[in-house]
Amino acid sequence: MNTVIALSQVVIKELYRRKDFYVLFVLTAVITLALASANLFNDTKIVRYLKEVVLLLIWISALVIAITTTARQIPAERENRTIFPLLAKPVTRGQVILGKFLGCWLACGIALVIFYLFFGLVSGSRERSWDVLGYVQGLWLQWVMLGIVISLVLLGSVTFTAPSSNATITFIVVVGILLLGRHLNQAALQQVEPLRTLIYTIYFLIPHLEWYDVRDFLIYDHRLVGWANCALATLYAALYAALLLFATWVVFRRKALNL
Amino acid sequence: MSTRRQSALILLSLAAACFALATTLQPRATAWSSRGDSASILKVLLGDGRRLFADYFFEKADVYFHSGYYPSIFDRNQAPKDTRHMTAEEDSPAEKEHEEKMNFLATPRDWLERFGRHFLITEHTHLSGGNEREILPWLRLSAELDPQRIDTYTVAAYSPRDMGKVSEAEQFLREGLRANPGSYEILFELGRLYQQNYHDARRARNVWELALRRWQEQQPGKKEPDLLALTDIAVNLARLEESAGNLERAIVYLELARQHSLQPGPLQQQIEELKRKAGRK
Repeated sequence: MNTVIALSQVVIKELYRRKDFYVLFVLTAVITLALASANLFNDTKIVRYLKEVVLLLIWISALVIAITTTARQIPAERENRTIFPLLAKPVTRGQVILGKFLGCWLACGIALVIFYLFFGLVSGSRERSWDVLGYVQGLWLQWVMLGIVISLVLLGSVTFTAPSSNATITFIVVVGILLLGRHLNQAALQQVEPLRTLIYTIYFLIPHLEWYDVRDFLIYDHRLVGWANCALATLYAALYAALLLFATWVVFRRKALNL
Repeated sequence: MSTRRQSALILLSLAAACFALATTLQPRATAWSSRGDSASILKVLLGDGRRLFADYFFEKADVYFHSGYYPSIFDRNQAPKDTRHMTAEEDSPAEKEHEEKMNFLATPRDWLERFGRHFLITEHTHLSGGNEREILPWLRLSAELDPQRIDTYTVAAYSPRDMGKVSEAEQFLREGLRANPGSYEILFELGRLYQQNYHDARRARNVWELALRRWQEQQPGKKEPDLLALTDIAVNLARLEESAGNLERAIVYLELARQHSLQPGPLQQQIEELKRKAGRK
């Protein structure tokens, strides 16, 4: 476990050394402040549009950070040939994968905490109330969802040749699931066989990332999602992440490390 | 003269020349572009495609009005077709009809969908208690993108009026009227604002009479004339005349409304009542 934690710390250090997070955070802050300064019918209590924009930017930024950070982990180790001294420590390939996963996931968690603090400040300063539990729930579910995304990217990084193709394909898949995942069963029923069975199978196979998007609850000040349902969704995500990490390990343990 | 002073002088004269040139060219440039000062960056960037975005933002306002409970692209045929529910009173027929239409969530088809419903907003509610203001940013944006979309002005003016921001609502309606000088809908809303918020019957009458003239200029030849708007204008004018004591004129307006109303019965009763009153006088 110590080896895995040590490996993850390297990834976290990489996050704050690189400029990706800072650029995305500053961009989010600048856009938000520009929108907040707009005068709408001389009414300073209008806040939901601002919450929506900030949350959208947080989701985009978190996905970009998760995918780009994870996609370059294993290819960079192979390209720089640092994978050989790493495996000679001795560190197993399974530990490398777990360390990279944990590092990327924790790094995303740190980034999310900062983003949600900013979101809390923006919405709280306008609404004069802080829905702390709502923010915590939104953050947790998003972080759990990123766990699946990171595992998917790790699998992509041992399958695809270039980090760029891996990042692009994963981004399309993730956005596709977020937008259409919920409706696939409905779309399947409108098709004829065998397309119907095929789409329905895809519907059952894909991880339903859209469940973790509870932005609407935060924007429209709805009551929270039940904590029992949150726990079940967390378990669902943990199972998918474990499955994807296992698949990554199966591919990676037989993979030649020379480029 | 030192080189530094020389450079400073050259810079100053260049700046003066630039300023003079800018003041000469600016009016000409405006004329060349034929867009005038009103052309916003969005218009220039998006061209006619901005109407699509305007529709999207108008729908976004409706999503906000329903606090996120809204049909997806897969339930499109159940999306609200008009905007009456956004300005309808509670328990009104328009509101009840809308309530039935918005029951679009069918029984879950499988366990995944059933579980997924916990992470969706599944209650049909409308914004209230001053929260109606939350739809305004999207309507403002929609109006910027498509100033010819009349619904945007009439719906947007409703919330600020309700919250006591009457001058802001009037300003927005006037903006709409400048972009759509022939709109009887905007004129009718403006009349309501004068009557209900400013209690200025004279201006309300002038504006409603103009709205009626505009309706009569535009609608009679149409296949499906906007009879609801005509009834609204005529009934409101009748009320105004009745409270001013002009019962004959009130009867004329009520007759007009009755001829085009889907429920002429109550209007006929009111006409008879007014005739009795007029006879007594």
